[in-house]
Amino acid sequence: MSGPSTRTAFDRAADEGRAALMGYYPAGFPDVETGIAAIKVMVESGVDVVEIGLPYSDPVMDGPTIQAAAQQALDGGVRIADVLRTVEAVAATGVPTVVMTYWNPVDRYGVERFAADLASAGGSGLITPDLTPDSAPGGGQAWIAAAEAHDLDRIFLVSPSSTDERIAMTTAASRGFVYATAVMGVTGARDQTSDLAEPLVRRTKAVTDLPVGVGLGVSNGDQAAEIGRYADGVIVGSAFVRTILDNPSDRPAGLRALGALTADLADGVRRARR
Amino acid sequence: MTDPTATGVFGEFGGRFMPEALIAALDELDAAWQEAMADPVFVAEFEAVLRDYAGMPSPLYEATRLSEQVGARILLKREDLNHTGAHKIRNVMGQALLTKRMGKKRVIAETGAGQHGVASATAAAYFGLDCTVYMGAVDTRRQALNVARMHLLGATVVPVESGSATLKDAINEALREWVATVDHTAYLFGTAAGPHPFPSMVRDFCRGIGDEARAQCLERYGVLPDAVAACVGGGSNAIGLFTAFLDDADVAVWGFEAGGDGVETGRHAATIGAGRPGVLHGARTYVLQDDDGQTIESHSISAGLDYPGVGPEHAHLAASGRAIYESVTDTEAMDALALLARSEGIIPAIESAHAVAGALRKARALAAEKGPEATVLINLSGRGDKDMGTAIEWFGLGDPDEVTAEPVGEQREGNAP
Repeated sequence: MSGPSTRTAFDRAADEGRAALMGYYPAGFPDVETGIAAIKVMVESGVDVVEIGLPYSDPVMDGPTIQAAAQQALDGGVRIADVLRTVEAVAATGVPTVVMTYWNPVDRYGVERFAADLASAGGSGLITPDLTPDSAPGGGQAWIAAAEAHDLDRIFLVSPSSTDERIAMTTAASRGFVYATAVMGVTGARDQTSDLAEPLVRRTKAVTDLPVGVGLGVSNGDQAAEIGRYADGVIVGSAFVRTILDNPSDRPAGLRALGALTADLADGVRRARR
Repeated sequence: MTDPTATGVFGEFGGRFMPEALIAALDELDAAWQEAMADPVFVAEFEAVLRDYAGMPSPLYEATRLSEQVGARILLKREDLNHTGAHKIRNVMGQALLTKRMGKKRVIAETGAGQHGVASATAAAYFGLDCTVYMGAVDTRRQALNVARMHLLGATVVPVESGSATLKDAINEALREWVATVDHTAYLFGTAAGPHPFPSMVRDFCRGIGDEARAQCLERYGVLPDAVAACVGGGSNAIGLFTAFLDDADVAVWGFEAGGDGVETGRHAATIGAGRPGVLHGARTYVLQDDDGQTIESHSISAGLDYPGVGPEHAHLAASGRAIYESVTDTEAMDALALLARSEGIIPAIESAHAVAGALRKARALAAEKGPEATVLINLSGRGDKDMGTAIEWFGLGDPDEVTAEPVGEQREGNAP
């Protein structure tokens, strides 16, 4: 059975008068067990939704940090089975857990089979950075049908460059939440938050009741607080990965830094609307 | 078949699998391209620049000495004589003219062998556009001459070290840059692959190859060829040749992929022959991939064919049986390169040598069946100057003491070793 919809985490955060904190971490980095331990640290330190990255050989939407982590995971031999094992371990904590993946691994594995195995691992859904609802042939519609059959969230992206028509089409096909990319660019921590994010969130909320999470570039509590003022969720990825990348030979130090960063971000989303 | 121009879907292949951030730009490009192709002024300007600047139409040349050896009439479409030395100039002049029409001032491109990079840098210089070319670091080393040409033409060349540091990674990096600069930058995609509208647009800019060759063949011989042949990496020269002949049911269509060390060794770039359907760089097509959908690195002596994907229209032509795709090993290609050099005085690009090798192999069988009137038209997509480094290494031509005859002339005193 699939895990709880990500929507439940947004609703709980909303009840507490705050934005949800969503953390991305690639499975198998630097190895499968450490990856699981790292994500559990994120959960214990305040992440409301976990996004587990499926390492892929050609990650066109990722900047150097996540590319490097994915490459390490692939060099270590990570397989889709390891990603699902990671989902199972994390979902067991009770936190809604989704997989973020480029489309070809799912396509090769079999869309229906992937949906079934993800659901039985306790996963809550998929974020698909290079699959839009209208990706064809054999793309968006196949995934929506499989997600429907297995009660999984389907989280598509909207971008500052999306037309209003596309935002309406995308949100109508979404379940769980909508992922708003705050910048025009690849993943990676940035010093300043983007002024493109707020208008995008406003345009998205105009056509859907789904929660809207904002990602790309967030790396500290202050930025999380700023985005948390207008978004339902704040998504952080590269900054988490960086803590482990920066401590290659001292795993405990990396995990401590990861926990401290998560706590700072969790404080940020709680400060936002005070 | 659904109308591929409207949707970019070719049977079970093609379409668009791209980040939402780039969809608006692809839609904008699609609309601008369709509008331009319907505008006689644009079409006339495109034809004029190809004719007056780039040297089109390229000749159709009857390779008589080669024909004698094979026993069939071998015709070569001389795209190697085009400005910048390959068919690639057709595509970039079209895309750059479109860029200008769209009011953008900057272009980016990926390149494998460097031919598309050189062509892009050339088009950028011609139209006064700023140009950045992404090129795998492995390729910048094996194609140093083309890197120098791009620099001379005023382009910025960015070596890409990520992944396998070849063409696929150059495409990844160009896409990453494009997401961030899409408001003012056009991506001059180098082959008939990628998301819609690129496969259809690149095909239409390159289809002059086949349109010209078909007319030239009919005019000169009064008949169509029995077969047309081209090498296939991403597949722009091949689709450019094939398109004019697809409705001619009696014309066989042959594509030749890079077999590297041999398909059985696993070190090859035979995407159609040994790949499986999947999604790479925005299109559904055949992909060299493992059971988890991870791209497998391709291998070929030819940088221009060293790509683990293929244009989606080729995937469809293969699946539908309209075209036959076979592979040609490094050794077969280099043998053909030497053969063409010595029988016709033409040093082809190693990419094009794959087409020659494969076509001659099949032409012998065709000649046995139809006799000497059998006609095979091969696209000689590029010239081999850029490949001399590889040829020197392969044939052992590099040693200055290894000359083909005894030195002549009296050795002067003082020069003695």
